[in-house]
Amino acid sequence: MATSFDLDDDNVVVVIGTGAGGGVLANELAQKGVHVVALEAGGRYLPEDYVNDEWESFGQLAWLDPRTTSGDWRVARDFSGLPAWIVKAVGGTTTHWAGASLRFQDHEWKALTTYGRVQGANLLDWPIDAEEMDPWYDLAEKKLGVTLTNGHAGLPGNNNYLVFEKGAKALGYKEVNTGRMAINSEWNDDRMACQQTGFCFQGCKWGAKWSAAYTDIPRGEATGNLEVREHAHAARILHDDAGKVTGVEYFDRDGNLQFQRARIVALAGNSFESPRLLLNSASSMFPDGLANSSGQVGRNYMRHMTGSVYAIFDKPVKMWRGTTMAGIIQDEARHDPSRGFVGGYELETLALGLPFMAAFLDPGGWGREFTTALDHYENMAGMWIVGEDMPQETNRVTLNHDVHDQHGLPVANVHFDDHPNDIAMRNHAYRQGQAVYQAVGATRTFPTPPYPSTHNLGTNRMSEHARDGVVNRWGQTHDIANLFVSDGSQFTTGAAENPTLTIVALAIRQADHIAREMSAGNL
Amino acid sequence: MTKTASPREMTRRQLLSGTVAASASFAIGAGFIAAPDAAWALEVTHLKPETMATLVRMARDIYPHDQVGDEYYVIAVRGYDSAEMAEMVEAGISALDAAAQGRGFDSYLDVGWERDRVDILRAMEESHFFQTVRGGLVTGLYNQKAVWPIFGYEGESYSEGGYMDRGFNDINWL
Ligand SMILES: Cc1cc2nc3c(=O)[nH]c(=O)nc-3n(C[C@H](O)[C@H](O)[C@H](O)COP(=O)(O)OP(=O)(O)OC[C@H]3O[C@@H](n4cnc5c(N)ncnc54)[C@H](O)[C@@H]3O)c2cc1C
Ligand code: SF4
Repeated sequence: MATSFDLDDDNVVVVIGTGAGGGVLANELAQKGVHVVALEAGGRYLPEDYVNDEWESFGQLAWLDPRTTSGDWRVARDFSGLPAWIVKAVGGTTTHWAGASLRFQDHEWKALTTYGRVQGANLLDWPIDAEEMDPWYDLAEKKLGVTLTNGHAGLPGNNNYLVFEKGAKALGYKEVNTGRMAINSEWNDDRMACQQTGFCFQGCKWGAKWSAAYTDIPRGEATGNLEVREHAHAARILHDDAGKVTGVEYFDRDGNLQFQRARIVALAGNSFESPRLLLNSASSMFPDGLANSSGQVGRNYMRHMTGSVYAIFDKPVKMWRGTTMAGIIQDEARHDPSRGFVGGYELETLALGLPFMAAFLDPGGWGREFTTALDHYENMAGMWIVGEDMPQETNRVTLNHDVHDQHGLPVANVHFDDHPNDIAMRNHAYRQGQAVYQAVGATRTFPTPPYPSTHNLGTNRMSEHARDGVVNRWGQTHDIANLFVSDGSQFTTGAAENPTLTIVALAIRQADHIAREMSAGNL
Repeated sequence: MTKTASPREMTRRQLLSGTVAASASFAIGAGFIAAPDAAWALEVTHLKPETMATLVRMARDIYPHDQVGDEYYVIAVRGYDSAEMAEMVEAGISALDAAAQGRGFDSYLDVGWERDRVDILRAMEESHFFQTVRGGLVTGLYNQKAVWPIFGYEGESYSEGGYMDRGFNDINWL
């Protein structure tokens, strides 16, 4: 029988959201004997439920509650109601993710110190560094079973990778391999090896890819210390006169408002919903929203500098066969301002199926320029660009009081303008990516614009001083001792690497801290 | 999300031969449109048959794939034959015909060269009607499982055990 805690139990830690941050935190706390209620807005889907079909899977898993957009990013024009491609389900976006699991480079923890002041950017150093994070990364890599770490073999390269590798080597790139992936290359952690089915973004039906949905969450539940409430949409975090949070108001699956008391609240709803919840929780004591004395809640939204390069060859590639993203070039990840920008980027293989390719290759495009590209879908190869983008105060999540969700709550508006550094880096990456494919004889290449954001970071950033950010080195809000942020919104800066390994490492570390402070009686 | 009934199956039953409109690639009868080669036919209840025929032509001009038969375009747009959509579509197609007439043709279907039709479409690219039709086609056309093999896309692979033993790394020309 699944554990259940009383609504009036004020000894529980309430975790909001069960993705990379929340799902891991909930399990890690439960393993340490802490009682946890995890509120998850979505339902529960497991490998047997996932479908090898891009749009059907999107309908099953994606977060489709309304959001609005503004700013000069092309997403605001092409996908105005869908700023991000993220999941609403138990396990969060770890059901969709591709599994690329990279550590930050040492200098990336200290972006301000390394890059210096960049006009228009709100750069800051993280209050933690590589040395401090090292042991937590070790634990995160073990948990996720990351290939090319801990003796796990790399994944075999698929067709898309083989084209990419050949081009990379022809250009003289040295750091080229199938990547550090949270995908089993052999039996590990009671999960089987990757079968190269090629629907990593739709949920791995073999369970070969790590997802919190079928690892951390059931393991946490098995301890008897974790209750996951599905279809529970957190609406507001309440506090007492002393300014400590007392619990969370949420809509249950029937749309009824409930109140769960809490000793501690940990917010992990991804970088739009977490600041939205803090802002929607404004009170007479905190008129600008909870934990917002710095005014930084919702600001410094980062989405990584991204884009894709697709190429057509005179012969078949069949890029959709096999892992969606097992392939990386890391030579451009270094910080080398001689290229005309600060920070660096990674190039990673990426394949989309025909339906998504039609939607994302050139959103809004039509006519023969567009259709002749799809005509050669079978001969296409593809890669994704992911690099560090500049935090800007004006790139931000705010409440849109003109648009309400199904619960009557103001939705998040996401404003984003590219920084000149982002544009310079993207142009460099487009050139290099196209050169990789031209080196293997591409007959046509496509510098494809960014998709709705998959990496959403920074809207409750971590800072040494309360004036500069929302949370401290533990993800604890500067303003409210028993309120934590546990997802990607903590990121001070984004680094060039895909963020999830870092989110997981921070969650493991945060669980350790919270449990220790609870037993010491400090929380 | 999109219905994927086999077009040929669906249409054989409804097939009706009609008079071939001089400049259109469609045979049009009372309340029906059909392909001259009888590959498909569609009964329309809310739209004029000429409107549906023009819409199919427009769909192909937006996303022209010469190897993809008309029946797939018909499936992609047949949802516009509804009480809610009819007014918007009739108005949109009238505007299209008016634009064609402005360039000296009888109607959009009368425009012989794709290049001339595309010029007409470009001029109305920002319109709500054009964007609705174009946007709908992105899933309406490309999410039909039946068109995937035409592009070589293999779709679902789990039931076949993935590509582990079926060529995930079979590239032989590098
Ligand atoms: C297609 C795709 C591919 C990706 N590939 C990679 C990759 O290869 N490597 C990598 O590092 N990262 C990848 N990512 C990004 C990665 O998935 C995210 O960085 C990560 O999951 C973010 O973790 P999170 O905890 O911040 O949020 P999420 O994992 O998104 O979890 C947030 C959860 O909170 C829930 N929630 C939100 N609001 C509420 C509320 N009010 N009440 C209750 N619950 C709520 C949501 O439903 C969701 O389940 C990818 C993402 C996508 C979409
Ligand atoms: S390619 Fe591998 S990891 Fe991706 S969904 Fe298939 S089995 Fe899972």
